[in-house]
Amino acid sequence: MATPVLKARAVRQNTLWQRLSAQFSGNNFLVLITFALFIAIYVVGVLVYRSKNFGSLNSFFDMLNSNPGLIVIAAGMAMVMISGGIDISVGGQVAMYCMMFAFFMEKKGANAYTMILIVLLTGIVFGFVQGILVAYFRIQPFIVTLAGMFFARGMTAIISTQTIDITNRSFMRLATFKIKFPFGGYTNAGGVYQQPFIYLSVVLALVAVAVVYAIMTWTRFGRSVYAVGGSEQSALLMGLNVKRIKLGVYTFMGFLTAFGGFLFCLFSTGGAVEKAQGFEMQAIASSVIGGTLLTGGVGNILGSFIGVLVQTTITKFINFNGTLANGWSSIVLGAIMSFFIILQSVFAMVRAKRR
Amino acid sequence: MTERPVHADGEPRRGVAVLKAIVRHRIFFALVCLALVLLLNMIVTMATSGSPGSFFKIVHTNGTFNGPLITILNRSSELIIVALGMTVVVSCSAGVDISVGAVMAFSSSVMVWLLGYGTLAQNDYHVKAYVVPLALGMLAALAVGSLCGLWNGFLVSRLKIQPMVATLILYTAARGAAKVVNSGQILKVDLPNFRWFGNFIQNGAGRNIIPLPTPIFIAAGVVLIVALVLRFTALGMNIQSVGINNRASRILGLNSARIILLAYVFAGLCAAIAGIIASSRIGGIDAQNNGKMIELDAILAVALGGNLLSGGKFSLAGTVIGAITIQTLTTVLYSINVSADQLPLYKAIVVVVIVVLQSTELRPMLNRAAAFVRPRRPAVAVAQAGE
Repeated sequence: MATPVLKARAVRQNTLWQRLSAQFSGNNFLVLITFALFIAIYVVGVLVYRSKNFGSLNSFFDMLNSNPGLIVIAAGMAMVMISGGIDISVGGQVAMYCMMFAFFMEKKGANAYTMILIVLLTGIVFGFVQGILVAYFRIQPFIVTLAGMFFARGMTAIISTQTIDITNRSFMRLATFKIKFPFGGYTNAGGVYQQPFIYLSVVLALVAVAVVYAIMTWTRFGRSVYAVGGSEQSALLMGLNVKRIKLGVYTFMGFLTAFGGFLFCLFSTGGAVEKAQGFEMQAIASSVIGGTLLTGGVGNILGSFIGVLVQTTITKFINFNGTLANGWSSIVLGAIMSFFIILQSVFAMVRAKRR
Repeated sequence: MTERPVHADGEPRRGVAVLKAIVRHRIFFALVCLALVLLLNMIVTMATSGSPGSFFKIVHTNGTFNGPLITILNRSSELIIVALGMTVVVSCSAGVDISVGAVMAFSSSVMVWLLGYGTLAQNDYHVKAYVVPLALGMLAALAVGSLCGLWNGFLVSRLKIQPMVATLILYTAARGAAKVVNSGQILKVDLPNFRWFGNFIQNGAGRNIIPLPTPIFIAAGVVLIVALVLRFTALGMNIQSVGINNRASRILGLNSARIILLAYVFAGLCAAIAGIIASSRIGGIDAQNNGKMIELDAILAVALGGNLLSGGKFSLAGTVIGAITIQTLTTVLYSINVSADQLPLYKAIVVVVIVVLQSTELRPMLNRAAAFVRPRRPAVAVAQAGE
């Protein structure tokens, strides 16, 4: 029994060109623009900071290595936004998971792998509760996840107010596991060849993004999420169980946040109350830059990944410059976001006029 | 259903109807919340100080009135002002302005930067003498706040961008801009009259002239002005009308885009006023912490006041009560030695309880649960009840 959503996708797209143009029509076009802009910024960076090895593979991998958590959570955020909701609890949750890892492994001697399981389970439960409140109690997602954020931040401080560094052997082995690349490195001032590498966490993050993309593109659940976000009324009339789909979205998001929190912790290897401050807005900004609309129904998971890259490139620019105050990176980010947001709205208006 | 008191002619009894109307009124719930939190605060104060009335006690010392109630009012004034702007924004655009905290920091940064224009770096980032008159600096802050609001309003009303996304831009950029204006430093103002607006107004000898903290007057003034304007002009009605149905209002002849634009400018202005109070309180500007997370508290205040975040009808009184409730809760939690970091957890629990109680889905859900627990009635009785 195929749903109408699935049938709509079954329309034959014969030639490669037709398939491509279908992919890049409408909102996917925005993803393309985002990608082009990313390339442009990056090329400028490579040309301007040639002497500082901006263009080396090391420098590119650095951007991935320092943001595995954000990559996963931005993908999840796009999913939640496509469903017409929002999740601003992710920053608080990430801080809480980092603290759980740090506190229970360092102070209570917990096993690293057990902790990973516990954290993932906590994330699922956290997402489930938020989902129940959003879907079955019909409370606005913003308020529910605001409460979730408060809860997680407070819980972090209740677990411990100390700054704890992780030294657990097996956890650190995961954190420092590198996959080295035989090419693309550079020789530094001391004459030592710097081999480019990515951490295991990046591989895990990319796999997670691929899984979310696959689910959102090719499964019944994913297409239903688009349908619910596009119009809840129509989805309901079409026979979709809107409440259960929303519950599914938030539960899955809870899992992704926990997984992202784990990857974040692999990079930062410590817990503190102040961890992941403003993380939720970074994730939302990535999704917005990646062409996902907050109104729901429209968006692309891969766009969020490019959004993360755009953001990190800007931060890198400011860092490489060295003389600019760090306030500048948020100003530039704001400018780039306004560019994208205004572009999106112009597109939406043009499309509305064409109808 | 039969137990509802009914007159012979089928009308519900008047007293009961009035009571029901009061209970159903949106502010009633907010008031109950405030009463509960105040009660909690009273019990805690009683337990810690030992005397039952100490929570409501107001002492007159050194020419000023002091007491827990005054502290709560004083501390909640920024939140009240910001929440007022938020109420109007939520009402007409069905979205939230998350940039208010950053706008607070940015506008007051510009003010202090102007006050010490050109002399900051050589004075170790202290303002020793006003380069620009204080009043002009404050006007500049208000102007910056309004401009930020204008930008947000332009994006929302003309380009039809989701309010949260539109204000995300300034949320990100304005605090950064504040840091750039401040050269990354915490600016201090070493002049006594700068502190008047966040503390007490003093005379030349350092004596307090007015016995109550100034923020209370400023907050009360803003509330009064807004309430009067909305009461004696059609603006309040228009804002609600745009919020309830934007298209219908436009067809009726309202310039809905301009009303939304005005609402955002007003929110920016409110943020600037709150920013002035906050920086005056500490006698300087710390761009990182001025108005930090206040947008979330303001949204909470709006929701606690019984206003729907999906727009439409609003109640200023509800918002003010909501803001005071949040501050009272904060005070009570501080007084039982909850640290500032742990505070959000308790806030979250209170929020969830309140929004679940407000949820329209709760009653049917409880009925279903009750029906599940209660033994099933025979089918005939059910059919009769259904008629």
